[in-house]
Amino acid sequence: MTSGGIRIKAWAAAVCALFAGAAWANPRPGQLNMTRGVTEWSYRPYLLNNVALGVCVAIGILVFGAMFIAMFRFRKSRGAVAEKWTHNTMLEIVWTTVPVLILIVLAYMATGGLTTFADTTGAQMTVKVTGYQWKWRYDYVDYQGKPVEHVGFMSRLDALSDETRELRSGLDPKAVQENGENTYLLNVDHPLVVPVGVKIRFVITAGDVIHSWWVPQLGWKMDAIPGIVNAAWTNIKEPGVYRGQCAELCGQDHGFMPIVVKAVPKAEFEQWLAAQQKPAAAPAPAAAGSAAAPATAQVPAAPAHQG
Amino acid sequence: MAHAATHDHHDGHHGAPSNFFVRWCMSTNHKDIGTLYLVFSLLMFFIGGSFAMVIRAELFKPGMQLVQPYFFNEMTTLHALVMIFGAVMPAFVGLGNWMIPLMIGAPDMALPRMNNLSFWILPFAFALMLSTLFLPGGGPAGGWTMYPPLALQTDSLAYVVFAVHLMGISSIMGAINIIATILNMRAPGMDLLKMPVFVWSWLITAFLLIAVMPVLAGAVTMLLTDKYFGTSFFNAAGGGDPVLYQHIFWFFGHPEVYIMILPAFGLVSEIIPTFARKPIFGYKAMVFAIASIAFLSFIVWAHHMFAVGLPLGAEIFFMYATMLIAVPTGVKVFNWVSTMWGGSMTFETPMLFAIAFVILFTIGGFSGLMLALVPADFQYHDSYFVVAHFHYVLVTGAVFAIIAATYYWLPKWTGHMYSEFWGKVHFWNSVIWVNVLFFPQHFLGLAGMPRRIPDYNVAFANFNMISSIGGFLFGASQLIFLGVVIHCVFFSKKKAADRVWEGAKGLEWTVPSPAPFHTFEVPPVIHDEELAHGHVED
Repeated sequence: MTSGGIRIKAWAAAVCALFAGAAWANPRPGQLNMTRGVTEWSYRPYLLNNVALGVCVAIGILVFGAMFIAMFRFRKSRGAVAEKWTHNTMLEIVWTTVPVLILIVLAYMATGGLTTFADTTGAQMTVKVTGYQWKWRYDYVDYQGKPVEHVGFMSRLDALSDETRELRSGLDPKAVQENGENTYLLNVDHPLVVPVGVKIRFVITAGDVIHSWWVPQLGWKMDAIPGIVNAAWTNIKEPGVYRGQCAELCGQDHGFMPIVVKAVPKAEFEQWLAAQQKPAAAPAPAAAGSAAAPATAQVPAAPAHQG
Repeated sequence: MAHAATHDHHDGHHGAPSNFFVRWCMSTNHKDIGTLYLVFSLLMFFIGGSFAMVIRAELFKPGMQLVQPYFFNEMTTLHALVMIFGAVMPAFVGLGNWMIPLMIGAPDMALPRMNNLSFWILPFAFALMLSTLFLPGGGPAGGWTMYPPLALQTDSLAYVVFAVHLMGISSIMGAINIIATILNMRAPGMDLLKMPVFVWSWLITAFLLIAVMPVLAGAVTMLLTDKYFGTSFFNAAGGGDPVLYQHIFWFFGHPEVYIMILPAFGLVSEIIPTFARKPIFGYKAMVFAIASIAFLSFIVWAHHMFAVGLPLGAEIFFMYATMLIAVPTGVKVFNWVSTMWGGSMTFETPMLFAIAFVILFTIGGFSGLMLALVPADFQYHDSYFVVAHFHYVLVTGAVFAIIAATYYWLPKWTGHMYSEFWGKVHFWNSVIWVNVLFFPQHFLGLAGMPRRIPDYNVAFANFNMISSIGGFLFGASQLIFLGVVIHCVFFSKKKAADRVWEGAKGLEWTVPSPAPFHTFEVPPVIHDEELAHGHVED
């Protein structure tokens, strides 16, 4: 009895872990559901996903249940004789109006979420994200109302993943690890460093073809389109390393331009930013990018009016 | 009158020409052209399927083992183009060609010579498109949606654009033919609201085709001029807009999605009443639902673009419009279930595929509803969740309906019964492995795996391997289908009755099996009680 109870508890815990995902930052083996994420916003898609899934499962049980009952009850081999009716006005009214009511509830939830997401005002920091074939560039535009000068760098696939992903490289993707976590194709040379607890506005564009900037933990993706500057925002609650990938097909190495966001406490971020702004410290990451970024100049500059 | 006219124009109206070339290449016979379409579609199904096998083999485990990333992109692009334009659409045109004249009591299609042309364009279109695989620079690799600026980087663009033009011309001619046939050639007494649902679904689909294929042709022509003639429709540096292409493309693309599913609705609406031995529930509601879905398909296109940075108002409008589609689609599903309720059912292979269609298509519909919710779509968009969604509606939706219809009408076409045992073996293998193939892809997408990537993090390994195993076995299962069809056409000894299925109603079952080369040279006298829907009151 007790051992059975324990086993059930262990199972329940495992199932909860698979579905809830709050304790895990990045994709993990056997993950079944969307992540809850680490921002104010990211809970909304997660909740909406769960509610919509629940609605679908409930309707599915009713409809498929009725089908299976019909398949067992109304078999010719069981002597069922076909009836002649082809209408039932009451039923038809019910199954037209009830779905409409359910949809209204879902639409209400979704609309509330959208208006929150669309509001990029009141950000305390701006980062410009530029997609290139096949790397990202991050430029820090302003922080706490003050413009940030000369902090910008390219961020590309880490060397170990890059070597391992060569065709028939003979290297084991499982061996690509960082701090005990598998980071194969989800690690970069220079992560985007941001503070927690700060509303960060991203202005997103691209230098060559369309890319899409997606970190599941932040709860959204936004296309990076040459000639267009898109805006989005985030406010990360917990420090951590959050990994994502380019989500819009952008050529042969589309699968090999990951995104890594390193969220750190505010004080630590300010130190890091100050170090980056010192001329001596700046060249290291920035130089790597400037040589390979001929298209930067064509991209419209990020709006500078953000306060 | 009609009788005399037919006599004048058909030299060989008593039977098919004996010369192979004359019979198949110069055919104006709706049955032979229907057969050509169906054989072509089956060939393309296996070619497109082999591309899918390459994709699943590369994704079997993490690390790059088989192909270069660029070739992988060629495979995903061509898999989609071949399956959509080569397998699913021609299969529906083939079924329409074969069955619409038989179902409405017409002697042939309204425009038989154009019918020949619209088929024979297709092999050339696909030869043009697939030849790029063997040319320097390789095949198209920018995705079947051909988004600029990426699509402009491929050397094969011109080949694909001209191939798409040809396919579009073929589709438009096929659609004109179907509309002309349905509106002008129905036997006396075959009122519009007595037509089989399949005929209705094709009538509406044909209007969708005529409306949107020119839009696609325009979009790809602008790609062509952008690449080769210095225009800047989609080039931001020249004052153009890359997002404009996406609006134009999806104005075609979303109705296109319904072009691939509405005839499937029609097929299933024929098959379920036959094997439930009960008339379809809510005939008019079914027709009206198809028409509503067709209308809505024109005002939902930007739900493919929720992540391009649309204005808030646009996102809300397209979300609401998309959610509305769930209502008529729900009505259809409820009506199919109600048709089964109180029936007297048997479960021959066509019925099994039709029931699997209803269940699995509905699962695809559920994920479609989830995708419509914009905040959630910010996560789902361009992930494997989307891949799972559209394969549920296209494979277990459109393809299963086509397979069901093939089993349903194969005895009528060939005069022989197919092997019921092997049909069922095919069904159970298909329905099990297709779920092993596509269901885990929901999990991959929710966990954060983007689509169209040739390699992935170790966290995605287990479900990818399961999916690949399902993919190989689902692919292999279709060889059983090929075997069943070949056996039925060439080797089966079992004669089919004229009314092949006990509960079958409608004009197509009043002609002999196999259907003679010419049917309904004299319009049939229609008895409402013999029609599938003729006796439906109100």
